[in-house]
Amino acid sequence: MSANLSALLYLVASVCFILALKGLSSPTSSRRGNLIGIGGMALAIAVTLLDPGVLSYEWILAGIVLGGGIGVVTALRIQMTAMPQFVAAFHSLVGMAAVLVAAAALYAPEAYGIGTVGAIKTASRIEMSLGIVIGAITFSGSVVAFTKLQGLVSGAPVVFPGQHLLNLVIGLAIIGFGAWFVAEEGREAFWLMTALALLVGVLIIIPIGGADMPVVISMLNSYSGWAAAGIGFTLENQLLIITGALVGASGAILSYIMCKGMNRSFISVILGGFGAEASAGPADAGERTVKQGSAEDAAFIMSNARKVIIVPGYGMAVAQAQHAMREMAGLLKKEGIEVKYAIHPVAGRMPGHMNVLLAEANVPYDEVFEFEEINSEFAGADVAFVIGANDVVNPIAKSDSSSPIYGMPILDAENAKTVLIVKRSLASGYAGIDNPLFYKAGTMMLFGDAKKMVEDIVKAL
Amino acid sequence: MEAVAAIDPFIFRFTIFVLAIFVGYYVVWSVTPALHTPLMAVTNAISSVIIVGALIAAGPEGASLSKILGFVAVMLASVNIFGGFAVTQRMLQMFKKRQAK
Repeated sequence: MSANLSALLYLVASVCFILALKGLSSPTSSRRGNLIGIGGMALAIAVTLLDPGVLSYEWILAGIVLGGGIGVVTALRIQMTAMPQFVAAFHSLVGMAAVLVAAAALYAPEAYGIGTVGAIKTASRIEMSLGIVIGAITFSGSVVAFTKLQGLVSGAPVVFPGQHLLNLVIGLAIIGFGAWFVAEEGREAFWLMTALALLVGVLIIIPIGGADMPVVISMLNSYSGWAAAGIGFTLENQLLIITGALVGASGAILSYIMCKGMNRSFISVILGGFGAEASAGPADAGERTVKQGSAEDAAFIMSNARKVIIVPGYGMAVAQAQHAMREMAGLLKKEGIEVKYAIHPVAGRMPGHMNVLLAEANVPYDEVFEFEEINSEFAGADVAFVIGANDVVNPIAKSDSSSPIYGMPILDAENAKTVLIVKRSLASGYAGIDNPLFYKAGTMMLFGDAKKMVEDIVKAL
Repeated sequence: MEAVAAIDPFIFRFTIFVLAIFVGYYVVWSVTPALHTPLMAVTNAISSVIIVGALIAAGPEGASLSKILGFVAVMLASVNIFGGFAVTQRMLQMFKKRQAK
């Protein structure tokens, strides 16, 4: 196949990828979009296999079958609650693939037409350095994120004195080795640069606390895109450049949305340490009373309501209460009660996570509303049913400028006539902050396991 | 033909890169927040188009270090491509509208 023809077909594949993303603007068009994306990928692979340089297919076939098999089996088995780990693990694979491809290009540059061993074009050396450094950071950073999300290591931030200085020194060393590599194409310089980049990937993720994980995943999503683009420049392949840019932009936007959802600046997330500080509860935390209720009380209050807004949080998903909750909503709807779901941008462990969890529980997506769409409706609601959520309804974010979550946009559940909060205990939430909503006059706490509590409510309805 | 100062091909690629970032920027803002998790899964899958680089490395006859590197990269990228698209499709199947009564 001529180079021109394959370049044109790569363009077609790029357009397919853009349409795949565009399809996600609505659930109805999304499935077709995904199929178009698959088509684009198949085309890209087919075109490459017809490249004159590709002569033997055994290894390739083995790789695709082996990798594809692992991928499909994992994808079909993975629990929706574990999606953040899954995505983090997959990001690490993109990073590793970028490192391997850059290394392959170093050892066999002729195959890519970027020079010969010892005489790779200077521009390609620079691009190769960029690609491998970003790829290596994506890889090791994602591995750390995966271990944190999977609970293999503590989600608590790891901070030590001189951390930022150390990162700076290593960063400069990477640039130094990079310059050395660009000058002489030395393999020692190449691998030293890679090793340090792997180290940086670990160092930039360990100080970031569990509460900031949605930002981290989005950020690594973005990195994986930039790594692909970097390799695209190295290999002079415009499909990789375009796709990398699309993915890089996508991850950056998601990071921005997550930061905004927590009112955190990107820089402060990167610098890390959030969630480490012991919760400085209000000094007057002494005598506050909590009104406690039973499942029957909750069922009674809700069955007398006209409008119920459910605020699900990650705790609901952990307790696997989503199916019982949907059943409860169904019973309420049967009695003519309006039921809606309010989703905070950081309700789950990654962007859009809660929507997927609800969709899995067969909650129709047109009953699920985003923050901006629904926040003003709490004032007109009889009941706000908060389940497994805490910080996202904490009014302290509005009032207490000393609170770590001050300024974070919160769902105004407090404006509903009655607030029902399903929670295990009075313990503070993920960010470790006390919640005055628990002690408000119109609030009733329903202590217990979220799933059991909701099932009891269903029985009582 | 008159001698024209040739533009470095890098500049062309850089142009494509910058324009693609803009395309990505506007397209991704149009994605509904409800589908941000599938968005991440599918971007994961498509960024594994890096497999095209791996295929070239794994393609030559015989065995060499670069071919081994290419083979491993093909495998890793395949995990991502198949897994990413499959999980996206699985998630998207779950998004259903309210049943009309």
